[in-house]
Amino acid sequence: MTTATTTAPGTAAPPKPATMAQALRRALRDAMAEDPAVHVLGEDVGTLGGVFRITDGLAAEFGDDRCTDTPLAEAGILGAAVGMAMYGLRPVVEMQFDAFAYPAFEQLFSHVARMRNRTRGAMPLPITVRVPYGGGIGGVEHHSDSSEAYYMATPGLQVVTPATVEDAYGLLRAAIASDDPVVFLEPKRLYWSKADWSPDAPATVEPLGRAAVRRRGSSATLITYGPSVPVCLEAAEAATAEGWDLEVVDLRSLVPFDDETVCASVRRTGRAVVVHEATGFGGPGGEIAARVTERCFHQLEAPVLRVAGFDIPYPPPMLERHHLPGVDRVLDAVARLQWEAAS
Amino acid sequence: MRKSSSTTVQELPGSAAYRPTPPPAWRPRTDPAPLLPDPEPFRVLGTDAAAAADPELLLTLYAQLVRGRRYNAQATALTKQGRLAVYPSSTGQEACEVAAALVLREQDWLFPSYRDTLAAVARGLDPVQALTLLRGDWHTGYDPHEHRIAPLCTPLATQLPHAVGLAHAARLKGDDVVALALVGDGGTSEGDFHEALNFAAVWRAPVVFFVQNNGFAISVPLAKQTAAPSLAHKAVGYGMPGRLVDGNDAPAVHQVLSEAMERARSGGGPTLVEAVTYRMDAHTNADDATRYRGDADVEAWREHDPILLLERELTARGLLDDGHRRTVAEGAEAMAARLRERMNADPVLDPMDLFAEVYAERTGQLREQADLLRAELEASEETGDAGEGSHSPHSPRGPRGEEGDAR
Ligand SMILES: Cc1ncc(C[n+]2csc(CCOP(=O)(O)OP(=O)(O)O)c2C)c(N)n1
Repeated sequence: MTTATTTAPGTAAPPKPATMAQALRRALRDAMAEDPAVHVLGEDVGTLGGVFRITDGLAAEFGDDRCTDTPLAEAGILGAAVGMAMYGLRPVVEMQFDAFAYPAFEQLFSHVARMRNRTRGAMPLPITVRVPYGGGIGGVEHHSDSSEAYYMATPGLQVVTPATVEDAYGLLRAAIASDDPVVFLEPKRLYWSKADWSPDAPATVEPLGRAAVRRRGSSATLITYGPSVPVCLEAAEAATAEGWDLEVVDLRSLVPFDDETVCASVRRTGRAVVVHEATGFGGPGGEIAARVTERCFHQLEAPVLRVAGFDIPYPPPMLERHHLPGVDRVLDAVARLQWEAAS
Repeated sequence: MRKSSSTTVQELPGSAAYRPTPPPAWRPRTDPAPLLPDPEPFRVLGTDAAAAADPELLLTLYAQLVRGRRYNAQATALTKQGRLAVYPSSTGQEACEVAAALVLREQDWLFPSYRDTLAAVARGLDPVQALTLLRGDWHTGYDPHEHRIAPLCTPLATQLPHAVGLAHAARLKGDDVVALALVGDGGTSEGDFHEALNFAAVWRAPVVFFVQNNGFAISVPLAKQTAAPSLAHKAVGYGMPGRLVDGNDAPAVHQVLSEAMERARSGGGPTLVEAVTYRMDAHTNADDATRYRGDADVEAWREHDPILLLERELTARGLLDDGHRRTVAEGAEAMAARLRERMNADPVLDPMDLFAEVYAERTGQLREQADLLRAELEASEETGDAGEGSHSPHSPRGPRGEEGDAR
């Protein structure tokens, strides 16, 4: 897949450190500047710059035809994007919030995911669907869902989610460059996370489908993605006090799934916990645990455990902290990895 | 409307006493009057307009209708022989199917539903490729770009936003392209119908929505589908014109669609056309229409058959004699024979194609699964068990659902 370097001329660097929101915006801007086929469309993406301001300034720079405020209709937006892609454009659709992408599911599942296959490759659809997702921002209901299991269960879609500022840029560029549709899940609560990342420095466009080891460790592997990556890194730091040296794998791409990186880690550490916000039952963790177990059974010292959101509709904001996997819950799971047997 | 305290009688606009005091932001947006469909479906045949109709067009339409009817009959017969998994016939609707194909220029796009293989064939698509979906050896049997025909679409009305997006993209690129999207009466109840029309009107996209109102959505009659005065009236709510046409009057459908296409072409935006027609056959070969409609209706429509109507006109004007009629019939017969012959050949299937084109690049798990299937196939070859291998899928098919979904 695409590996390229980008130098973005002409725009002054924002003051360091940059936020994930800025990196995403810059990725869109650079992709639009490089390729006139890239069109952004969605609700409030034009004049307002999106409710999270990710598309801020794009309409001003590229015009309303390139960054378009659409009528309020998610199926219509995605359906129109299908037609635009059929005609050779590269639409980037913004869904305003996770739970508001549901009206577009039929277009996504019945057309976006399958068009390449239905037409034996004659009509690939290079569409990126950006979906702000996850909780922890104090949102009232329908603003905090983690719907990745639905997308993962749909062959033909790639499902990608960044956890760092740099990845936000690189993965979004790679998603837009991909000839296959990508559901690009943006962890809302990391929008304002910061890092020393300069958009004026040449940025590598990450290939999709590769996980990243965020922290090296030897006692157990935390397998995670998106908003749970910082949680796991914090847990790993705290775990040193218990004498555990945890490795943290950031999946970055749920589809394609990087069995190689994940299994290499688990084979070394012999223990694994999957951590995500999505509900546990029928959630991504079940698939990941099964894959790890099938491939690493003989190196495993303990069952693969999952720390996930409860199997409940996403709770009201005043209670969400009890629902979201936090450092303590991760550490409790690590503690249950049958350490006695090892010692 | 809220009762005003100063007046007891609500005066109508236009009367002298009417004092509009609209809210500051309010202004009329569009005059609905020119958007309204005529009260009667537009007709050519049997009216004064018929005499002015171009004889060459009438003869082309006639030949295409006859071929279309024969094609429908042949495809239905192929279901009985197990050569097609299912066939949603457009018998009775040939005028709509054929006119839809004829009004398109080479660069225009057709967005058909499962019932519209005839329109695709009339546009020039190879009939065997057109029937691939319904034979069941792949989903789409053709490259959509070749004849600019989008894949036949089964989820109702979901192709309509695609047509809008494609037309919009073409206009943004400065290309002279119009998209014609077909949908049934039942499909107009779907949310995607609404969203597509709304987007098209807001974007002034060069797209024409063509509803074939054939009276039924499987078993459900139009009265249970909508309370609108007509389906064409729905256009007004979106700010586009609605046109109503007799769907069995081929030159009338041709004219109304041509005008709508021209309007789109010249920047006038989208049009909604409703053709009033009738589905003479059951929903598909798997459906039993006697459960929901009587013979009387069908017989009444037989008197209003599209071929019959056109034949009468052509004969009256001396444009069609027995010799010509025979030539046309023989041409249709030859087409059917070729189709029969080609459909009788088993398609060559490669089970390994299951993993083709899911993604541009195969994922790890698809590689593993492909290896599994390859090993199974090799093992079955070794044991001499041909299995489901690379052979025809035309063993007798299991019972189909009573509702006869087009699948
Ligand atoms: C979204 C969706 N729901 C249900 C069906 C099953 N189905 C197939 S055809 C049909 C009736 C459609 O009627 P209409 O739109 O009037 O078109 P016609 O079949 O008469 O051409 C139904 C309900 C479907 N294909 N798609």
